[in-house]
Amino acid sequence: MPSRPAEPLPDAEAALATLAERMSSRVPHDAAFVGIYSGGAWLAERLARIVRGEHAVGFIDVSFYRDDYSRAGLKPNARRTDIKFEVDGASIVLVDDVLYTGRSVRAAINELFDFGRPARIDLAVLVDRGGRELPIEATYVAARLVVPDDRSIVLSRGDDGRLALSLEPA
Amino acid sequence: MKPDAGTTLSRNPQLNAAGQLTHLLTLEGLPPAIITQILDTADPFVSIGEREVKKVPLLRGKAIFNLFFENSTRTRTTFEIAAKRLSADVINLNIGASSTSKGETLLDTVDNLVAMNADMFVVRHSQSGAPHLIAAHLNATGRTHVHVVNAGDGRHAHPSQGLLDLYTIRHFKREFRALSVAIVGDVLHSRVARSLIHGLTTLGTPDVRVIAPATLLPAEVESLGVRAYHDMRRGLAGCDVIVMLRLQNERMKGALLPSPGEFFKHYGLTPDKLALAKPDAIVMHPGPMNRGVEIDSAVADGARSVILPQVTFGIAVRMAVMSIIAGN
Amino acid sequence: MKIEIANGRIVDPANGVDRVASLFIAAGRVAGVGTPPAGWSANRTLDARGLVVAPGLVDAAARLREPGLEHKATLESEMEAAVAGGVTSLACPPDTDPPLDEPGLVEMLKHRARMLNRANVYPVGALTLGLDGEVLTEMSELAEAGCVAFSQGDRPLVDTQVLMRAMQYARTFGHRVWLRPEDPYLSRGGVAHEGEVATRLGLPAIPAIAETIALSTILSLVRRTGVSMHLCRLSSAEGVAMLRTAKAEGLPVSADVAIHHLHLCDVDVGWFDTQAHLRPPLRGDRDRDALRRAVADGTIDVICSDHAPVDDDAKQLPFGEAEPGATGLELLLPLTLKWARECEVTLADALARITSRPAAILGIPAGTLSVGAAADVCVFDADADWRLERRALVSQGKNTPFLGHELVGRVRWTLVAGDVVYER
Repeated sequence: MPSRPAEPLPDAEAALATLAERMSSRVPHDAAFVGIYSGGAWLAERLARIVRGEHAVGFIDVSFYRDDYSRAGLKPNARRTDIKFEVDGASIVLVDDVLYTGRSVRAAINELFDFGRPARIDLAVLVDRGGRELPIEATYVAARLVVPDDRSIVLSRGDDGRLALSLEPA
Repeated sequence: MKPDAGTTLSRNPQLNAAGQLTHLLTLEGLPPAIITQILDTADPFVSIGEREVKKVPLLRGKAIFNLFFENSTRTRTTFEIAAKRLSADVINLNIGASSTSKGETLLDTVDNLVAMNADMFVVRHSQSGAPHLIAAHLNATGRTHVHVVNAGDGRHAHPSQGLLDLYTIRHFKREFRALSVAIVGDVLHSRVARSLIHGLTTLGTPDVRVIAPATLLPAEVESLGVRAYHDMRRGLAGCDVIVMLRLQNERMKGALLPSPGEFFKHYGLTPDKLALAKPDAIVMHPGPMNRGVEIDSAVADGARSVILPQVTFGIAVRMAVMSIIAGN
Repeated sequence: MKIEIANGRIVDPANGVDRVASLFIAAGRVAGVGTPPAGWSANRTLDARGLVVAPGLVDAAARLREPGLEHKATLESEMEAAVAGGVTSLACPPDTDPPLDEPGLVEMLKHRARMLNRANVYPVGALTLGLDGEVLTEMSELAEAGCVAFSQGDRPLVDTQVLMRAMQYARTFGHRVWLRPEDPYLSRGGVAHEGEVATRLGLPAIPAIAETIALSTILSLVRRTGVSMHLCRLSSAEGVAMLRTAKAEGLPVSADVAIHHLHLCDVDVGWFDTQAHLRPPLRGDRDRDALRRAVADGTIDVICSDHAPVDDDAKQLPFGEAEPGATGLELLLPLTLKWARECEVTLADALARITSRPAAILGIPAGTLSVGAAADVCVFDADADWRLERRALVSQGKNTPFLGHELVGRVRWTLVAGDVVYER
């Protein structure tokens, strides 16, 4: 695929503020924010503080629900899924840093349903890069951009807690 | 005389060509990175046991056969629970003491089950080396997608127990490189002891001790990287971890030991002997315990005993082993 | 038939011959060494240039599995294996099924072997009936039927009173007794040498003292009875030391070692390789080195194959359940040559261990190329490289820890009583 001229990556902190603003007016007052490790987890923590309302925070690791296990084996560094609130009847916003094929979100939804039956699940992402392989869309998006297939968009967190976006080889 | 390069003897039979774990046969010779990977993977699996739905779909559609040639309800049950929590299909086969009494050889049994689309065998056998035989046979006949987990072979190895013991020690003590660990009891006949010793030495534990009468220590035991003690009081001095081994009934009287009472007097773990170890030492036992033979009830039920957490960790560790292996 | 084996390197240790010359055979006997008999014209000439011409090998222990164990091997297959390995005379132990404790069985075995026209078979008879260690066999009858010595095979004889009486009886009539020293109590349940390897692998162990304690008993009884004793399959350094002392004392003892024990040790069990499950077990490298030195300096007189063909099914089992034993008839020569090269022993000295010396211990007219001797000859290429594969083995027993290995030394022709019974 011919390489396109690079679209500039947004500033992560600015994008976070944009996302929070978009969520503040529409998100249920008591919605729980569940972040997908590790970028989504950082975002969920920050959003829970800035978005208006009382928002419980949970963290989800999708390693055991991925669909590529037979092909690629177990990925190392699986973390503990940590959902302390009652999922039955809950209003949940799944939070992830980048929405791409949609497979991670599918896995997270399946895992959430093993905890109980939520009333609703919405999806909030910092960056939507298109390239969907499943019928999944984000409810709240801060930025949309396209990057070449051989690149990954990576969210990182500095020692001071500041978030930053970068482009890495896939 | 060294065999030709390329024969099965020259390569670790547990690792595939890419150096990944494809069978779990023994902790001996496993790179420390792989042992650590298993322990790290067990962490998230511990929390699954605390959920409402204690399952993940990782091994859905996989058929795991528990091939137990030696009876064991405990071990078989933990493997079964672990496999079911991974959403695998579990089939239990209790073949009894000797497969040859049924006329079918061990390898014939394995071949028949592979033909029924077995993905993994969890094998317990009274003969040392039986799981190695099965793994070598599968490798030699090109069935590299079928995996073997050793659930205990003779006196040789019980690697999943060794791993859960390592996990338990890591959970309570963090760093192996500063520990004194004592293993007490029938080391001669113990596959649990051998596996734990290999695991501890591989992860850099500087002081591993075995404590037993001479009749219950194997020849040249110090070649395994341990120090041998006959005096339990001296052996326990300053230890961080005490692992008590089970004494089999048939070994309790006769030419190895005169009586369980005499064994308990010298080698049983009582509160006053425990006091010789460090104040925060933990007490472990692979189970099932013989109260009053290896261990005093006061210690088994006491504050320093981590025997029950061992059981919980055992399920998570076995889930980790199966999910790593089945994916390679 | 007159056969000339031309221009080979004749090595006849018994007669101190080691030179390039031709061997002349007529009427089944050696008719000339170097110089043809008068009026010589050969019916057949074998071109032995670059090859070694040696007496046919004498194997002091080869199990033929008949009678009774024909699913493991038959007389036919193993006799073919013998001559393929250059062995023209062999002694077979009495632990067949039934054991060789009756003259009829011995005669039948000898008869069957003669009919096959391959190697000469010299049975070692049972020392006690059924090998049960209680009642003496009719040793004179058995000797007349063809037994060259009396043994318990691999069955222990614990009753020392019976053992002493058996030795006394044998001594009375000048019979030799062959015993493998192993205390059955210390070896009970064991499958591997007691040491670091068995400890790591969790295999029930047989300590070296199982051999030395039995040796001690046997040597004391030899001292008491004066019987000619041949000690079979020594395996330990301590055993070798005791043998040395016994010989220095002048006791009438000789000893052999199995060829595998000169090369392998307990480490070669690897990850439970049943091909390395042997009896006595492969011991430590210290023991192996002591055995190698002992053969070199003559303390151990003879190297044998300890041939034990085992069917695949009996080996494809967990180590402790697998049947011990290795096939050996076809490996005796190349592995003896390998030992000789590594221990810097001359070809003549090495060949003596598998020709003249075993013949002397068996008390048979074999193992030499003297003029007038039976023309049992082994012509081999001492430098031929070959890879040991299953299909290269003639024996029904494909069980060997050397499978896949490169060996040096291969038989080209074997002659028994002047007939070419094997050629490659």
